[in-house]
Amino acid sequence: MFRYISKRVIATLPVMVMVVVLVFLMLRLSAADPAAIIAGDNATTEQIQEIRVQLGLDQPVLVQFGAWLSKVSTGNLGESFFFKKQVSELILDRIEPTLSLALCTIILSVFIAVPLGVLAAYYTGTWIDRVVMGLAVMGFSIPVFVVGYLFMWLFSIELSWLPVQGYQRISEGFWGWLQKILLPCFALSAVYCALIARITRTSVQEVLGEDYIRTAHAKGLTNQIVLMRHALRNAAVPIVTVIGIGIALLIGGVVVTESVFSIPGLGRLTVDAVLARDFPTVQALVLLFSLTSVMINLLIDLSYTLFDPRIRY
Amino acid sequence: MNAENQSHARTTALQSLLRNPSVMIGALILLCVLLIGLLAPFLHTMSPDEINPSVRNKLPGYESTLRDDDGNKFKFVHLMGTDSLGRDIYSRVVFGARVSLLIGATVAMISAVIGLLLGLLAGYFRWLDAVVMRVMDGLMAIPAILLALSMVALLNAGLSTVILAIAITEIPRVVRLVRSVVLSVREEPYVESAIAVGTPTHVLLVRHILPNTIAPLIVQTTYIAAHAILVEAVLSFLGVGISPETPTWGNIMAEGRAMFVMLPHNIFFPGVFLAVTVLAVNLFGDGLRDLLDPRMRKRL
Repeated sequence: MFRYISKRVIATLPVMVMVVVLVFLMLRLSAADPAAIIAGDNATTEQIQEIRVQLGLDQPVLVQFGAWLSKVSTGNLGESFFFKKQVSELILDRIEPTLSLALCTIILSVFIAVPLGVLAAYYTGTWIDRVVMGLAVMGFSIPVFVVGYLFMWLFSIELSWLPVQGYQRISEGFWGWLQKILLPCFALSAVYCALIARITRTSVQEVLGEDYIRTAHAKGLTNQIVLMRHALRNAAVPIVTVIGIGIALLIGGVVVTESVFSIPGLGRLTVDAVLARDFPTVQALVLLFSLTSVMINLLIDLSYTLFDPRIRY
Repeated sequence: MNAENQSHARTTALQSLLRNPSVMIGALILLCVLLIGLLAPFLHTMSPDEINPSVRNKLPGYESTLRDDDGNKFKFVHLMGTDSLGRDIYSRVVFGARVSLLIGATVAMISAVIGLLLGLLAGYFRWLDAVVMRVMDGLMAIPAILLALSMVALLNAGLSTVILAIAITEIPRVVRLVRSVVLSVREEPYVESAIAVGTPTHVLLVRHILPNTIAPLIVQTTYIAAHAILVEAVLSFLGVGISPETPTWGNIMAEGRAMFVMLPHNIFFPGVFLAVTVLAVNLFGDGLRDLLDPRMRKRL
């Protein structure tokens, strides 16, 4: 077990290094000069040059990389050009809405999609299966922002059940928080549900063909118990995997959903920073999101040992 | 006899393609969208860029009175209403089909070609494998929309930048797919015997290994096209994609955001077109996958 864990952790390291290098290089590729952006429109060439020296942009690329890396590893993500604040401060400020949105979406999708996937697998080939799979294809095809606006129009404007936009911190009242987060979560979970429902269906289908399922039926267990205790548990590994694969999708969705629902989270911050060409902030956020997604996938890999004791490498 | 068998096999493949409902529905819808895009200059009722301040923010079906070049008044119906600059939504939506299809097709082609090349080389030459795959792993670890978003921000926005940015997010997926096929094929006896008789490497790659990658690659390419259309719309919607006056579905929706509560149609009309197009490409891909590559059914 320890060997498996250490092996997985070591295998993740090159990916992380690669992400760090790519995120650093991204800025080098830029057509715009960060010094010119900071200096503003009326700056003279000398002023720009001064800022360039200040930022260390006149140094060789490798030296710059080293300097950047040593700063980032101590949590110093630099100062935002646009917000004139430490990027780490900005991130801490905005992390709560994003975490709420992401976690609620995962929970919601699992509760909606896993039962649907099991149903579709159990009734393979019937109209139930077709409806669920049809919905899944639709979930993949309708962009998050269209779903978001559709829900907003239906539930907030026509039915006025829920507030239209915005976010309320959980510390300012749970009920208000829930009301505001519900609609964005439902909108964002569409894609995620599609992904989870599909994979649940295929993995449960596979398991249902196994001998021990027949045995379970033969000894007189009800369908419900066979499905829940025998089929679903053995289908858990692929379902958990897909949650990991979906993290990247979820992060992309968060960026869009926060913009649609005016939620002041990290996604909205990313878009604002991109529009303002605020490179340090963009760089820090891309790094943060990517490393998070790598770490979650690592944790999921490690969790297999819990879900499936057969996995021992 | 052999030729007869071959032609027989070909007709049944075509027949099963035609019999597959999702391929047919997908292809049919795509054909419609393609026709809309191609015939946009004939279908549109007004120039998609024409700004008319007197008919700003009108509901679908609004009838406005315009003057032609000779000064004669005539009635004009805005089928899908107008946006906040008084541009005709219907004409913009019709022209938007062009951009979406163009992006879907070019991104799919570019990533298929580059991915195929890199995947073949990485799968065949062991020393190249480690380097290429590490870079691909790194690229895949960055969420696609974020990568595209920051690429567009760093380079100068425009059609070619958007295409390039989306293609970069898709290439690693193709490389992985092609590489995995190459890795399994290179151990086959016929490849080994080809090596044994001294087949030059490029011939070996092109004639013996490449054909195995085609079927899964075609399937993957359709999914890439669908995803590219979505990502372009997202980028335009967020305001970092193709310049806002260009009629793309994402841009029309971005324009409609501010007035959404009063005029939801600015988002819904392009949204429906976008969703239906992506749905059609996905359906087409699902059908192709079932026919071309039964092993991939289990995969997502």
